[in-house]
Amino acid sequence: MPINSLINGISDRLGIPVDRLSRSVESLKDLKLIEYDESSELRSVELTGIGEILKRILIEGESLPEFLMVPTKSGLKPLGAVVKDVRKNILRMVAEAGSGHIGASFSTVEILCVLYFLKMKKDPKNPGWSERDLLILSKGHAAPALYAILSEAGYFPEIELLRLRELGSILQGHPDLRTPGVDFISGSLGQGLSAAIGFALAAKMDGSSRRIYVILGDGELNEGQIWEAALTASHLKLDNITTIIDRNYYQLSGETEKIKALDPLEDKWIAFGWEVFEAEGNDLKSLIRTLDASSLVKGKPSLVIAKTTKGKGVSFMEGNSFTNKAPSTAELSKAYEELT
Amino acid sequence: MDNLSQIEEFGNVLVRLGEKHRDLIVVDPDVSSSTKTLHFAEIFPDRFLNVGISEQDAVGIAAGLAASGKIPIVSGFSMFLVGRAWEQIANSVARSNLNVKIVATHAGLSPYADGGSHQMLWDVALMRLLPNLKVIVPADAVEASEALVAMIESKGPCYLRLGRSPIPVVYDECCSFQLGRAHLLRDGSDATIVANGIMVSMALEAAEALSLEGIDARVLDMHTVKPLDISSLEKAAFETGALVTAEEHSIIGGLGGAVSEAISEFNPVPVKKIGIDDAFGESSRSYPKLLEKFGLSTRSIMDAIKTIVKERK
Repeated sequence: MPINSLINGISDRLGIPVDRLSRSVESLKDLKLIEYDESSELRSVELTGIGEILKRILIEGESLPEFLMVPTKSGLKPLGAVVKDVRKNILRMVAEAGSGHIGASFSTVEILCVLYFLKMKKDPKNPGWSERDLLILSKGHAAPALYAILSEAGYFPEIELLRLRELGSILQGHPDLRTPGVDFISGSLGQGLSAAIGFALAAKMDGSSRRIYVILGDGELNEGQIWEAALTASHLKLDNITTIIDRNYYQLSGETEKIKALDPLEDKWIAFGWEVFEAEGNDLKSLIRTLDASSLVKGKPSLVIAKTTKGKGVSFMEGNSFTNKAPSTAELSKAYEELT
Repeated sequence: MDNLSQIEEFGNVLVRLGEKHRDLIVVDPDVSSSTKTLHFAEIFPDRFLNVGISEQDAVGIAAGLAASGKIPIVSGFSMFLVGRAWEQIANSVARSNLNVKIVATHAGLSPYADGGSHQMLWDVALMRLLPNLKVIVPADAVEASEALVAMIESKGPCYLRLGRSPIPVVYDECCSFQLGRAHLLRDGSDATIVANGIMVSMALEAAEALSLEGIDARVLDMHTVKPLDISSLEKAAFETGALVTAEEHSIIGGLGGAVSEAISEFNPVPVKKIGIDDAFGESSRSYPKLLEKFGLSTRSIMDAIKTIVKERK
């Protein structure tokens, strides 16, 4: 029955139990999403035209989020295409700059795309909007990914991307407030979560519903300050913070588990008082579902361990080979081919 | 001179400021009973945050609060706040010029009994080399309270250095504090003592004693180490021809360093530096005895002035 799939879709998407939604069939009718014949005891419930569109967005869109249309600087564009274009831009930028972290940028592309194009309240025309949601890219070396996305969303012209790391550029090697759309400075690992606590407290004091997102690298978790902040955020019950760990299992000199083992990572954060979710971090659908669920957590901060692949998207860049180097011309064209 | 505690005064004035500035928030790494921010905590519990013994987190949280338009004051022991969280102050606060106010207590030798682990002798050096930061070392409790008000009313990151122990009162009621403008406390033509913190009262005593010996010493209270009051220094160098700096801090990089750097640029005159001569602190049951041991005394200032005046002749 079409009405069931609509209700399931709404329930799934928003994390509201199905039984609570089913009881409001009348309100669905009031909203003109469904129509039914009173005399037939709801046996002939049908979706209206609007209901049909909503169902397509909720259910079909969810099953194939690559086809979700999202607003970009050049109008509506499928999310899957945005993801690809962002990766291509990262390649161009790092190649042009002569240095930069491709691997760490690639692993975090889907996370940033879902946040910027679906989840966060943002206005590229008004980057300083006081009610906007905030993003702190604590693993600041993934800056090329952030910049490519900010440009795609319309915060600044795309041509600026090619000036990454150039003297006088608005695009510093690591996130900096001189870039429109960057909410907090980073580059020194371990400091973003503490700042998020400050933002979250200020939001609560001001009665603002803004949400603060923090992206941490897994290698970054070696830093002690992260764990100071993890204790503080849960002690203060800051449910307006969502932290996402880009769990790509690599840091500068090799595998995280060989350098300073983090697993069992989930247990650590649970023990610190966080509500922990796991997601496939390069899978849009998994990220959307998990981030939706995480934003419903009350009374404690939430954490998404997003399992990713470092260098995701280009076969020969996966793993740790592009930690901080620019691709050669041959590598660049090969990578381009793979991304197209 | 009577003795008064800078931190007691800080704790009381903070409450007054809390009433006036509703955006003022105190971030505390679990030392409020020592830093005296506990008075603020009692009256404004919603604007007081004890983050536990974690200075790096405290500074980061203050950065987030400041970036949201609040006026955070982080107050903790100088050694741990500046020492441990220096890079957070540099990267999360100073680099974005965020409006975070750092009030460091127990600076210098003032936690005399605790020993070298607690005696911060290089904080002024560490703070003044960071771009955007202002650095204030007040001479007494009165100046500390006026400096606090000026700091809250100024924009941008600022460092205020306070001692733990009661120290002599230099200013009776008010001192018309202005950031970056030194106080001429005593005029003189033979040499100038440029002092801050507890050394200001000793500088005045030294100048008084020297006058009985026929030496006319000028005394400048250089409470703001950054931005440094270059014009007062220039004038002192031109008119008195020799400088002695006096601070409860290492002679490397602090007031003595700042004055020497400035004076060598425009009008080189002899500069002698009274301060801690490249050493760690140690325990003592008496603050004055500890100061004396490290050469921070009226006598050392007098000797330095006499030497510098003699050398010039």
